[in-house]
Amino acid sequence: MTAFLLHRIALILPTLFFVSVLIFGLQQLLPGDPALALAGENQDPAVIAFLHQKYHLDQPLPVRYALWIEGVLQGDLGESIRIKRPVFDLICEKLPVTGELALLALVVALVIGVPAGIIAAVKHDTAVDYGATMAALWGLSIPNFWLGILLILLFSVKLGLLPASGFVSPGDSLKQNLLTLAMPAFVLGNAIAAVMMRHTRSAMLQVLGSDYVRTARAKGLGELRVILHHALRNALVPVVTLGALEFGQLLSGAVLTEQVFTIPGFGKLIVDAVFNRDYAVVQGVVLCTAMAYIALNLLADVAYVLINPRLRT
Amino acid sequence: MEGSNRKAEISAVSAVEIIDDHTVKLVLKAPFAPLLAALSDRAGMIVSPKAAQAAGDFVNRPVCAGPYKFVERVAQDRIVLERFADYWNKEAVKFDRIVFMPIPDSTVRLANLQSGGLDMIERLAATDLETARNDPRLKLSTITGLGYQSLSINVNNGARAKNPLGQDPRVREALELSIDRAALNEVVFNGLFQPGNQWVGPSNPFYVRSLPVPARDVAKAKQLLAAAGAPNPRVTLMTTTVPEMMRAAQVIQSMAAEAGFDITIQATESGAAIQASVDGQFELYLNRWSGRTDPDGNLYNFVSCKAPPALNVARYCNPTVDEELDAARIAGDAASRLAHYVKAADRILTDRPLIYLWHPTWLFAMSAKIGGFEAYPDGLIRPQGMTMQ
Repeated sequence: MTAFLLHRIALILPTLFFVSVLIFGLQQLLPGDPALALAGENQDPAVIAFLHQKYHLDQPLPVRYALWIEGVLQGDLGESIRIKRPVFDLICEKLPVTGELALLALVVALVIGVPAGIIAAVKHDTAVDYGATMAALWGLSIPNFWLGILLILLFSVKLGLLPASGFVSPGDSLKQNLLTLAMPAFVLGNAIAAVMMRHTRSAMLQVLGSDYVRTARAKGLGELRVILHHALRNALVPVVTLGALEFGQLLSGAVLTEQVFTIPGFGKLIVDAVFNRDYAVVQGVVLCTAMAYIALNLLADVAYVLINPRLRT
Repeated sequence: MEGSNRKAEISAVSAVEIIDDHTVKLVLKAPFAPLLAALSDRAGMIVSPKAAQAAGDFVNRPVCAGPYKFVERVAQDRIVLERFADYWNKEAVKFDRIVFMPIPDSTVRLANLQSGGLDMIERLAATDLETARNDPRLKLSTITGLGYQSLSINVNNGARAKNPLGQDPRVREALELSIDRAALNEVVFNGLFQPGNQWVGPSNPFYVRSLPVPARDVAKAKQLLAAAGAPNPRVTLMTTTVPEMMRAAQVIQSMAAEAGFDITIQATESGAAIQASVDGQFELYLNRWSGRTDPDGNLYNFVSCKAPPALNVARYCNPTVDEELDAARIAGDAASRLAHYVKAADRILTDRPLIYLWHPTWLFAMSAKIGGFEAYPDGLIRPQGMTMQ
């Protein structure tokens, strides 16, 4: 186990280097000069030249990459040319917002998806199973932005129960914070719940048909104990993997939901950065996201071992 | 300040002399009639020299002059202002705090307003106007803006100008005659915007009334194309991906097809579209300009031989036009300036490097509890005189 973890940690640096080269290079393929985007409507040639010089946009690509990486290695991710603040500060400001949204969405997904998957598996080939499967299909098929707007029209405009958009920090008001995140968390969690349900159902069906479960029943154990104590622990392994991957995806991919609910999170930051050719922000965010994925995968591996003692060596 | 986007707008100023505590003298390189208008706009916004010159973060902590002072800005979330107690007209200012929240989606903006999450929104979508009008909790205010939307035609910007549309003014005239501006406005903007054919709107004192908005004439358009030897010109129309612009492009495509044009729409992300237009990688470009108070601000930099290449993307250059535009800049009164614009318009509207289509209307929606709001053509919200029940 220790050797395995050390091996995984040793792979982090080359992975991040590869990601940095990839994101830096890919951005250059985007048409559009950042200085033109930033120079405003007037497009003053003097301003464009000033911006080229200030942000090293007139330098060759290898020089620009070297300047950026030199900063990254010293903890400086550069400055947003649009917002005029350090990228690191922006990430520290936005990441907790999306992190909280992602966590709540994952909780929604787990609370809905895992029990639904268990019940569907236990009641395999019954009306309950079919109903759960159809609900999962519904969750997968509904576009996030459409569901979000519908929920806003119902709960905010018609019923006046929840705020339509915006974000309140938990430090300012925990109650308002949860109210502002209720709908977006449900929208995001809804789609993931469907995936969780399907995976849990499949894993449970596989496990419930295995010999040791049959043995447990034969020994006279209660059905609830068989399902929750014996079957679920093994069925959870793929669900944990899925949860880790989905959380990582949520951190970077809640773009549409953040746009609809006007949540100043990570997704919105990176989309605006792409449209404005804010290279430093895109590069910094992608690097952070890569690190998050690596960390989450590592956590998933550790979680496997904790859940299933047979994986401990 | 170095790198300021506003420097070019007051480039005519060569020196500033302080006369006394309340008087400054601006020394100009040459007479420049648009100067006062420029100073009433972005370039004239007064900042604290001490705060601007101090080392630090002026961009994120601006100190200016006005009824409100800056409190905080959380990127992509809010800008908070609070009332400035020493403002000269403080009696007219009733709100203690104003919070601006950027909400890109127009449906979500309206939903926030209807749910009470917001007190006022700007840029209500034209398609949402009836919804807002029928909501007793809301009221509306509209005004035609200073800007315009136009078709820029590549007449001299690289290889892609070498086609009938770019080279033959008869083909450009045919394109204009194939478009029904009133119908376009009805279909895309519910009739709310102002059709136009010049860089200022028909109600503007500098509008050239002898050259009104032409009516659609498909028959004449076909004749012109035949005379030009190009009965079915193929053109690529570049537009941004803003939904209203794409709808407008589709309407133009459909209308022009009746005259014989074969238009392909190329929806392009805005950053890429700007770059493509500067590089001459376009034939026809549905473009916008937010507008300036003075007609010079809506015209000079788009058609002058001396214009910045990033704005005169058509690369139009006519010395006769330049003479009139330069003369309009130094003329001492409005009537003289208009006379020069009449001559310039006669040439520009014949050459058609741009086909002006409409002037956007500012659509404000607000809680019915708000009173005293007056819309201005520049689209800025002036809180002086506004009240809340």
